[in-house]
Amino acid sequence: MPNGYVLFEGDYAMKTTAVNITEKEYLLPGNRTCPGCALSLAYRYILKALEGQVIVTVPASCLTVLHGMYPVTSVTVPCVNTPFATTAASATGLVAGLKALGKEGLTVLAVAGDGGTHDIGIQALSAAAERQTDFLYICYDNEGYMNTGNQRSGSTPLGAISGTTPIVGKQQNQKDIAAIMEAHGIPYVATANASYPLDLYEKVRKAKMIRGTRFIHVFVPCSPGWGFPFSETIKIGRLAVETGWVILYEVEDGVFRLTSASESIAEKSNLKPLREYLVEQGRFKNITEEQIGILQRWVNARWKRCLDRAGDSQS
Amino acid sequence: MNKKIARKADTWILDGNRAAAQGAKLSRVQVIAAYPITPQSPVTERLSEFVEKRELDAQYIAVESEHSALAVCTSASMVGARTFTATSSHGLAYMHEMLHWAAGARLPVVLACVNRAIGAPWNVLNDQQDSVSQRDTGWIQVYARNNQEILDSIIQAYRIAESIYVPVMVCYDGYVLSHTEMPVDVPSQEAVDRFLPRYKPHTILDPANPKNYNLVTLANPRINAEGVLCHGYMELRYLLQEALQNSRETIVKVGQEFGELFGRSYASMFWEDRLDDADVVIVAMGSLAMEAIVAADMLREGGHKVGVLGLRVFRPFPKAELARALEKSRLVVIFDKNISYGLEGATCSEIKSALYGSPARAVIRDFIVGLGGRDVKAREMADAVKRSLLSVNEGDLNREYAEWICAI
Repeated sequence: MPNGYVLFEGDYAMKTTAVNITEKEYLLPGNRTCPGCALSLAYRYILKALEGQVIVTVPASCLTVLHGMYPVTSVTVPCVNTPFATTAASATGLVAGLKALGKEGLTVLAVAGDGGTHDIGIQALSAAAERQTDFLYICYDNEGYMNTGNQRSGSTPLGAISGTTPIVGKQQNQKDIAAIMEAHGIPYVATANASYPLDLYEKVRKAKMIRGTRFIHVFVPCSPGWGFPFSETIKIGRLAVETGWVILYEVEDGVFRLTSASESIAEKSNLKPLREYLVEQGRFKNITEEQIGILQRWVNARWKRCLDRAGDSQS
Repeated sequence: MNKKIARKADTWILDGNRAAAQGAKLSRVQVIAAYPITPQSPVTERLSEFVEKRELDAQYIAVESEHSALAVCTSASMVGARTFTATSSHGLAYMHEMLHWAAGARLPVVLACVNRAIGAPWNVLNDQQDSVSQRDTGWIQVYARNNQEILDSIIQAYRIAESIYVPVMVCYDGYVLSHTEMPVDVPSQEAVDRFLPRYKPHTILDPANPKNYNLVTLANPRINAEGVLCHGYMELRYLLQEALQNSRETIVKVGQEFGELFGRSYASMFWEDRLDDADVVIVAMGSLAMEAIVAADMLREGGHKVGVLGLRVFRPFPKAELARALEKSRLVVIFDKNISYGLEGATCSEIKSALYGSPARAVIRDFIVGLGGRDVKAREMADAVKRSLLSVNEGDLNREYAEWICAI
């Protein structure tokens, strides 16, 4: 049993704390990510939750950079790099190959960015989910093509400046990838945020024990891409949740549940105005009042839907 | 094993697609991923039928695209499974990125390409533009001339691919072979098992021995954590080229062993018909070369000493072997079911490059034929050879471009 490991199979409901989380590291220090990288933090906890019993497939993305350059790598788990559009198809191949060879007990983990998920990879992902492929797909969302220098993606918010929306900012809002995946009727969909690593850890632990396609959407603020000091990553991630830009929830077999900070915000009804989140970031420097209004209404509507669903689940 | 037993096979009446599916089944493929496209679809239907009937113990993945089909195969191959896919035309073009990836990662995937024209405009009939366009992806390319060769080539493809870790594409003409029935000797499973051992992967993804494959690799060699200098990107590419160069030996050896066991030898990268006394040689690839035999018959009736060379392996290209085979010929007439726009047919370019610097002094003529399923008649081929002979006799030795057999 890994050092410091206290959770047991089937006992994932036990509250994870900073004390009882495994001390074993699968992501080695000194990787190639930028300072203050939220992905680096999230990935560390994802691998801890899977205890190394995993095969990872990764498309072109910041994670490719994190993994290092041949012949040196920063992870101690087996991994295959795969072309941009193929993440979920690659995972399908890993699952099929393991099954054909009678190898059991491994989690096939696909990890892709929002470009690789919302945009170029959505066809393969949707198909893998429709085929009920037994794998865990984690989208780490930094709301743009950050690895290629910050171009707009299907996840970049309305009003955000990027390399390909350089002056007036993006004119469309992001798509709700978790809702899209939920519409596939898969057994587990969750959102998470690198600023809440224990919530992320517990969700990965839970997803690990579910069979079928599991999808976790992880919010990872990007200091160089979004224009905030790299010391502020955790704060930005928290502000995203506190203002409702990100809502932490899980949907297990169709049952919706708010988790972690979002659950307590719902209890206390103390959602902050979205403006507090936007003003901290250079990418929103040219956002108009009208756009802020549109985004606030979008947040309000989604928050209300989540509260309604959470209420429905309880009643 | 007793060779008589191995040679005892059932003769079935099979179209090319069924022959391909039988070849994959006899090769005990473990993961199949495919997407339907005309005229390949019956291959995938037969294979899924084998799996559903439990006649074949394999994972059949009905993917949403050809790009994903090959991505499934490459990743399944990386955990140690024997993989198969089949496609045509646009499907192969859509796979282009993954073709490079499979070869670059040195994965012994086998792919059946049912040759079909490529758009625009839409056309579902046969030519070889699809696979010829993929010649620089690092795959071995084999072209079958009949349905027996389709089945035999797929079984051999796994032996070749898995001994040198290079993927193999087995190509056969859409409709001309894929939907045409002919007698095919189907060997017993026992005999094929003797010929084709289990796949021993060179890379396996396993947490017990974690490795990170296809990482970003710099152009120059780089030192690993133990201080050992490891290959750069350039060295890895050299090794792939070296493998393709050396694969000629493997292909011939495997073809010879196949012949010893099953009575049908493939100990050459091309086949010859009446080359011994020929001063004119017709060259073609796939089923077209069979039509060339009929053309040669006609020409021989008219007193011309004509032979046929049917190109079976297009990559690696059998340069030296071809130069030797064509050494005595005065005129080589090539028929290409493809065109490298702005130049000529691909087979023609390759043969010219094979003959350069060799003792062969043949005049080369290239004819573009049969695009988009245009019927290629033996009579037309014979006429083209006669026209070429006439013009050569009149001193017209070099043509800048290929001639087209069409209405313009």
